[in-house]
Amino acid sequence: MKRKSQSIIYKVGFFLATRQIRRASKWTTALIIAVMTLTFLNLVVVNGVLVGLIESSVQAARERGTGDVVITNLQQKSQIERSEEIVQVLRGLPDVTYITTKYTASGVLNADYRRKLSQNEVPNKAAAPLAGIDPSIEDQMFGLSKYVVEGSYLQNDDADGVMIGASLLYKYTPIEAAGFESLRNVNIGDRLKLTVGKNSKEVIVRGFIKSKVDANDFRVFMIGSEVRKLVGSTNTNVNEISVKLRPEIADAGAVRVKEILLNNGFDEGARIQTWKEAQPKFLQDISNTFGLLGNMIGSIGLAVASITIFIVIFVNALTRRKFIGILKGIGIDPMSIEVSYIIQSIFYAVTGSAIGLAVLYGFLVPFVDAHPINFPFSDGILYAPVGGTMIRVVLLLLTTIIAGYIPARMIVKKNTLDAILGR
Amino acid sequence: MTTHNHKDVKESIIATRELRKMFTDGDKITHVLKGIDLDIRKGEFVAIMGRSGAGKSTLLYQISLLDNPTSGDIYLDGHNISSMSMVEKTNFRLERLGYVFQDYALLPDLTARENVAIPLIMQGKSQSESNAIADATLERVGLGHRVNNLPSKLSGGEQQRVSIARAIAHNPAILFADEPTANLDSESSSTILKIFQELHNQGQTIVMVTHEDEYGRVADRIIQLKDGQVGEEK
Repeated sequence: MKRKSQSIIYKVGFFLATRQIRRASKWTTALIIAVMTLTFLNLVVVNGVLVGLIESSVQAARERGTGDVVITNLQQKSQIERSEEIVQVLRGLPDVTYITTKYTASGVLNADYRRKLSQNEVPNKAAAPLAGIDPSIEDQMFGLSKYVVEGSYLQNDDADGVMIGASLLYKYTPIEAAGFESLRNVNIGDRLKLTVGKNSKEVIVRGFIKSKVDANDFRVFMIGSEVRKLVGSTNTNVNEISVKLRPEIADAGAVRVKEILLNNGFDEGARIQTWKEAQPKFLQDISNTFGLLGNMIGSIGLAVASITIFIVIFVNALTRRKFIGILKGIGIDPMSIEVSYIIQSIFYAVTGSAIGLAVLYGFLVPFVDAHPINFPFSDGILYAPVGGTMIRVVLLLLTTIIAGYIPARMIVKKNTLDAILGR
Repeated sequence: MTTHNHKDVKESIIATRELRKMFTDGDKITHVLKGIDLDIRKGEFVAIMGRSGAGKSTLLYQISLLDNPTSGDIYLDGHNISSMSMVEKTNFRLERLGYVFQDYALLPDLTARENVAIPLIMQGKSQSESNAIADATLERVGLGHRVNNLPSKLSGGEQQRVSIARAIAHNPAILFADEPTANLDSESSSTILKIFQELHNQGQTIVMVTHEDEYGRVADRIIQLKDGQVGEEK
């Protein structure tokens, strides 16, 4: 007498599992599913928040710092050569939606220039990396006006106005460190002296900007023509060109745009980078480290889930030991009984994960997107790409199957008569 | 039926030779079956009786393949089960044997119909066919109106009738019953014994363990066990 076919074994296993699930205590089932749901969320959310901290910084840097493609001057050059040509080529590309240009320079902002300082007094001044922009185009592309925390955004014709990044202001970045200078007690409307090389100009503080992107928060913005005057530039070359592409093709498009610029030989007089290449390496390193941390914490969650399922199935099988014995006694293949417990485990894992997915994508991700977690250096999002989440679902499923199978097998292997008689 | 007579086992549906079973508990060894030779022919209704501790249930467990003897041979329907693997024994139980347990041994998550149908599904029958057979068998034991009830909704007598239906639904070669009336009142017991008699009249081989003389008398013959050996035979 050979063993019954696999299809019959699975059919009976399914038959038993469905009846056990259907007629089990609703509260017990709900509790197990709740544990699985929380385990799933623990797996995805902890990792997602940790990675999301950095991912939001990366996204912010792209959205309001670099754009999809960024062109800067070569280290050994003071400007981007053939800037106008580059802009012209970019304007001819159909995927390009915005282009901004910036004049940059190193300057110093001094708030004590009208006062005579005593001998040991340190002047209230700070290094001022200058960015000369076209305010309206910059705002259209990067939405900078949304990040003005005090005062107002620059006007296109405001020759004397400046907008100061929060990292240069003590009240927003209260860091006391040697070598780090920030402006103290500077308010909207105050007059400051801006010095670039040998040239100086009195400027009026129009606004403070805090965008959680260093490219903005460590800068002083004023209109481009004024920066050119201060620098004494005699040509039309700029220092930074940012390009924004249609969102749906942004990743692949950035590579294509870079290739086009390279094919035109612009790299001889400029550094051309996609947003990924322009990303600071430490961000990528932190992202990887946080991902690793998240996975480690998630692994502990997975272990807890597998132990939970093991205990649940073990207790379930143990309390049903007599009935398992009866099933074997009346000729039900032990493998069918094991299959029934595996199916129950799968049911718990799939249901728990499905509810977890609904909570994650139906509530948590949209909610955190709408109300980002306010970290000092980024607006934390819940980073949960579908691919990574599905891998965690499969992991949870596999762990649960193993955790369900082992106790079922332990009980099923017991002597049939002992099981029936409860010995 | 003859005992202590090594006739050809092929003439018997159940035969045992020098069947022994002992239990150990630390240093203590208890010999429960001490060399049983049995021959039961097809269609017989045999009652195994004896005092508590005589070994009657242990003998039933050995010949019904629910337990493994310490030594000796068992032949069922011409097969020497000593050479069978666990899987073969499981399948043999499924295909050829039926069991009625003292405490009914129904599966609490399954309805009466499902309890009866599950061995049939395991045999490879479709669910609809299994359900049809289960319904017909439950009707046969007078429970046609209770097919959708869970065991917890049935009386003891009804549960035992479901147990009988499960045991006979696949037309087993041998029906084993271990004290089938022990937990029942006299009315339910009479009903169960009546069903057994009807089955026997239809040619079913039945081996029943009981300690009650009144119920043992419904059998063709009675084997009395005493101290692990076959004693008086009626």
